[in-house]
Order: sequence, then structure tokens, then C-alpha cells
Amino acid sequence: MNPIHTRPAGQVVIDIENITKEYVMGEEVVRALRGVTLQIRRNEYIAIMGPSGSGKSTLMNMLGCLDTPTSGRYEFNGKNVAEMDDDELAAVRNREIGFVFQTFNLLPRSTSLRNVELPLIYAGIEPEQRIERATQVLADVGLADRIHHKPNELSGGQRQRVAIARALVNEPSIILADEPTGNLDSKTGEEIMELLEDLYERGNTIILVTHERDIAAHARRTVHLRDGLIENDHAGFIPQLDLPAEIATAKST
Amino acid sequence: MKRFLYELSESWKIAAAQMRSNLTRSTLTALGVIIGIIAVTLMGTAVSGISIGFDKSMAVLGDDVLYVTQWPWKRVDDWWNYRDRKKIKTEYAETLNRMIAATPNSKLIIAVPTSNLMRSVKYGGNQVDNVFVLGTTSDFIITSTIDCTAGRFFNDLESRGGANVVVIGYDVADALFPAQSPIDKQVLINGQLFKVVGVNTRQGTFLGLFSWDSMVAMPLGAFNKYFSAKTESDVRVKVKDKTQLEEARDELTGLMRRVRGLPPEKKDDFSINEQQAFKSTLDPVKNSIAIAGLFITGLSLFVGAIGIMNITFVSVKERTKEIGTRKALGARRRTILLQFLIESTALCLFGGFVGLLFAYLMCFGIGKAFPSFPIHFSVGLVLISMLVSILTGLFSGFAPAWTASRLDPVTALRYE
Repeated sequence: MNPIHTRPAGQVVIDIENITKEYVMGEEVVRALRGVTLQIRRNEYIAIMGPSGSGKSTLMNMLGCLDTPTSGRYEFNGKNVAEMDDDELAAVRNREIGFVFQTFNLLPRSTSLRNVELPLIYAGIEPEQRIERATQVLADVGLADRIHHKPNELSGGQRQRVAIARALVNEPSIILADEPTGNLDSKTGEEIMELLEDLYERGNTIILVTHERDIAAHARRTVHLRDGLIENDHAGFIPQLDLPAEIATAKST
Repeated sequence: MKRFLYELSESWKIAAAQMRSNLTRSTLTALGVIIGIIAVTLMGTAVSGISIGFDKSMAVLGDDVLYVTQWPWKRVDDWWNYRDRKKIKTEYAETLNRMIAATPNSKLIIAVPTSNLMRSVKYGGNQVDNVFVLGTTSDFIITSTIDCTAGRFFNDLESRGGANVVVIGYDVADALFPAQSPIDKQVLINGQLFKVVGVNTRQGTFLGLFSWDSMVAMPLGAFNKYFSAKTESDVRVKVKDKTQLEEARDELTGLMRRVRGLPPEKKDDFSINEQQAFKSTLDPVKNSIAIAGLFITGLSLFVGAIGIMNITFVSVKERTKEIGTRKALGARRRTILLQFLIESTALCLFGGFVGLLFAYLMCFGIGKAFPSFPIHFSVGLVLISMLVSILTGLFSGFAPAWTASRLDPVTALRYE
């Protein structure tokens, strides 16, 4: 199951330098990120790992342009994202980022086609073109015969495929997958990971946020977060560095 | 621009899907607006009906006729100044007519005397009480909008001779002669027999205002012969050109002063009235009915709007995660705002449409059951109701839609 082939990385897509994020919770100031510096290049397949409270989710929101940092520099394709307003961020999310959520987040009353069409509507694409592209992408993820089904008529794996098609439809610079297998059984999860592998081979840049080692093992690079800081940043497989062998084995089963 | 249109059509589709999937909830919520629109629309039809009724009653007076009377047609606070005025005599009409004939380029055409009182009219076993009995000359038809459905108005000969003939109003005819033609029948008024020569065209009554329908007209000679009791007399004068009403009025004032022989230092001891004066006293009444009525019924629509607002807030809360997802996929604030505004507007439009349908059926029913009740359903009213529905939707949807558009995407996505 270990990756065999790593594609050469391209230009820098995400360039983060010393970003911090602070929340005020009641009287307390929570420092979720305490100076993270990270570069992600085109054609990378990177996993971001960390226990809960490590700042993993905050970093993901930051990378996904859902939130802006308290301080630090964030450039996305050379554009300064840290100082964008709500609508500019929305435009970046629409065109540059494809989100895949743990809970799929499909619109329950809309068909697969309508769900996949949504980012194209927000991008202002013509109706005929929208249908053509959405149909094509759904076929690419193996759902050509499910385009008129609603989410409740689809299996969990199929729903996540619809969500992945929706993430892909605007040809974004990165795909940001947050625990994409978290709500799936392990066999279906494996199928989804194979699909992501396939997308990587077809030239997509993938950022995987997970706490599961065997999911993260699909990535070509792993970033570990702890207490709002990057603990380590490895190329290749996950080294079993900080865990005794038997715990690592137990976790991966 | 194109993008805006796509978002707009998308929002309508979502709104329709949303209403379909929450059918019970949508219907119950829309019910508030339905009731509100029914109330406002019915009030609107009543208000315009009242207005038309007023105008119709006014039309009886004629807009090119001046009325010489003892009392002015408006409220007076110094009634004692009018009480002792000399009565208007029917003979003035003849004098005035001579003067008009002698005046070159007179603005006036003809003066017609009228006297009236209330009497019962009988035929066989049928009787109608409180009939407005009018004594006048055959020239009356020149000054009046009156028209005969059957028979004719009494002629000059009958007028001069004071013949026992009458022209009766539609309602009087209907009550006395339910199954036969009244023409040439003898009716009994004040113990005297009068031959019916004509029946007036139906005019319709309204709120007890004066109408020709409950009137009987006879030659002045006959009237004076049989009704010596206290009668009210006026002289009505038709003017040549209703756009020169003021000049005509001045001329008539001058003539009347000569008739009364008033020296220049004395004030007029008569009043000259026109339809407009009456209208301007009635208009405030009409307007306050309209404002009060629409305000009260508007409250029920307001309650409906609050219902819509409430349900839109619930919808925003329920779909917080969906809002987060949409934002992650690139929906802007405007997109979300638009979506919820359109949802509330669609609900209100639906309510407005159904309400209007009910209101129309009710108007139709009321119109059938009580033909005399003034109710008026118009295209303008339909358009206004629809516009009001849309405005209600925008008004009630704005606060929730604004809240939704301002949601932080991170918080919204995490919401369960």
C-alpha cells in the first residue's frame, strides 16, 4: 500500500510564514497557532497530522481561506490572503480550493449533479457548460449512473465521491480533504483513498488533514503539529519515530 | 451580472425546493400572510367601493349645477345667522329665468325650482314609507342626470297644469309593482291619486346617501296644491360651462341679490352650493375610513410578516451547516443574503397569491349576496397586493438573511 511514485513538485502554491491565530474564549486568550511556517508546492500530496488541540483544524481553516491569521504572512499563488475581506476569500475558495469534508456536506435535497454544479454557479458559468462539466467530473469519480440521485439514495462512499467531484469541478489549485474517511468503514475508506491517489496521479495537489496514521501513510509528505507549532515535517512515509513499535502496530489495525 | 442572475435563479430553485420539502410548515407560516392579504385586499375593495359609491351619489347632484338654498352645504358653527334667513321660494326660479334671458352672454342656462318632503306611497296592499317626494317643473330633466327606464318624465303641459302625475324611482316601483308595469297605474300619496308616467333607471343606493331610487317626482303645481305643510324649497341652476363655475356662481349671486333686493352693504341672505363643496366635506370622512381600515388590516399582515421572519430565522438556524458549506464552496455574503430573502419573499408571494384568490372569491360571493354593498375588485388592487406581498417578504426576510450572510464560515461548518 505504500506509495511507489512521487511526482516532481512544481511551483509554490501555499506560502505561510510565521502565522499565529488567537481566539478569545471568555476571559482567556487561546493561542491555537503559535508561529507556523510552511510551503506547499504544486503536485504535492501532503498529510497534516496532530492530536486534537494541536491547531490542526485551525491550520486547515487557514489553508482553506475560511479564516484569516492573527499575524504572519500567507500567500496563495503569490496573492496575499491574510488581508483579504470576506468576499475576496469567497472567490479564492471558489476557484482555488476544493473542499472534501468528513461529513460530506452535500445539500440533502439536491441531486448529485446539482451538488456538483454549485461551485460553478458561484463562479458564474453558463448553465449548459455547468451541466457538461459536472457530468464529466461525476463520470471521472465513477458515478456516471448516479447523477440524478439524491444523497439519501447513495451509499457513504458514493456520497464522498460526489463531494470529491464537487471539490474537483472548478479545477482548483489544491484539494483540501479533512478526515475524508472519518465517516466511512475501512473498506470504503480505502476506496476513497485510492480515488485520491488516482487524482494525485492525474496532477492534483492534495492536502489531507487526519489523525489516522494509515490514512496519512498515503501522502508523500507528512507535517506533524503539536501545541500550535510544527513538530516535524517529513518527506516520504511516516517514520514511526515517537511511538514504540507495538503501539504503532495497534494503531494501524 | 450574469453571475448574479445565476445566483438569483438558483435561489428561486432552492426556495421552491425548501417550500416543497417543508410543506406543512410553509403552509402554516404562509397562512399568516394569507389572512393578512385577505384582510388588506377586502379592505381595499371596500375602500375603493366606498369611494365609487360616494362619487356615484355625488353624480346625482351634477357637477354643472348650482343650488340656491337657505343653508350652506357645510357645517356651520354660527347657525343662528342662517336660521332667520328668508326661505327660498320656488317663484325665484321664474324671476331668475327672466333675468338670465335678459342677460347677454349669461353663464347660466336655466333655473328650476324644487320642493320636497317625505311621504308614504301606496298602491293596492303595498306601501313604501319615507319616500322623498319632489315637486318641480318639466325643466328638471335638464338639470339632472335622471333617466327613465320605462315611460317618460312629465311634460311641459302637465307641469304647467299641475297634473296629478308622478315619475317614480326604481326601488319605489319595485316595491309597489313587483309583478307588473307601473305605467298608467294610480298610486296614493297623502290621500291623493297620482298617475305613474315614468320609472327612473336604477341608480343604486349607498350608505343611506340620497339616491333617485327612492324618490317620487311630480309637477310643482300639484305638489303645492296637496302638500301645504312645511316644505323645503331650493332653486337649482344649470351652468353653461362647468369649467367656468366660479364666474357662473358670481353671476348667480348677483341675480339672487337683485331678486332679494339687497342693498350693497348687506350680506347675502342665501347660499349657493355646488357638488364640490359637498365633496370636500365628505372627502376627509372617506379618507379617514380608508386610513383607519387599512391600518387595522395592515396589522394582521404585519403579524403574518413576523411569522415569516420567525420561520426564516428557524430556517437559517437549521441550515447553518449548509450555509457554511456554501461559503466554503465560494458563496459570497450577497449570495446567502439573496437566498434567504428570496425564500421569505417566495413564501409571502405564495401567501399573497392564495390570499388574493380567497379575497376574490369572497368579493364575488359578497357581490352576489348583497348587490348593493360597495365592493370593487380591480387589476390595480391585484398588483398592489402582489407588491405588498413582495415588500412583506423582503421586510420579514431581511433580518434573518442578514444574520445568515454574516455567519463565520468556520463556526457555521462546525455547527451541528
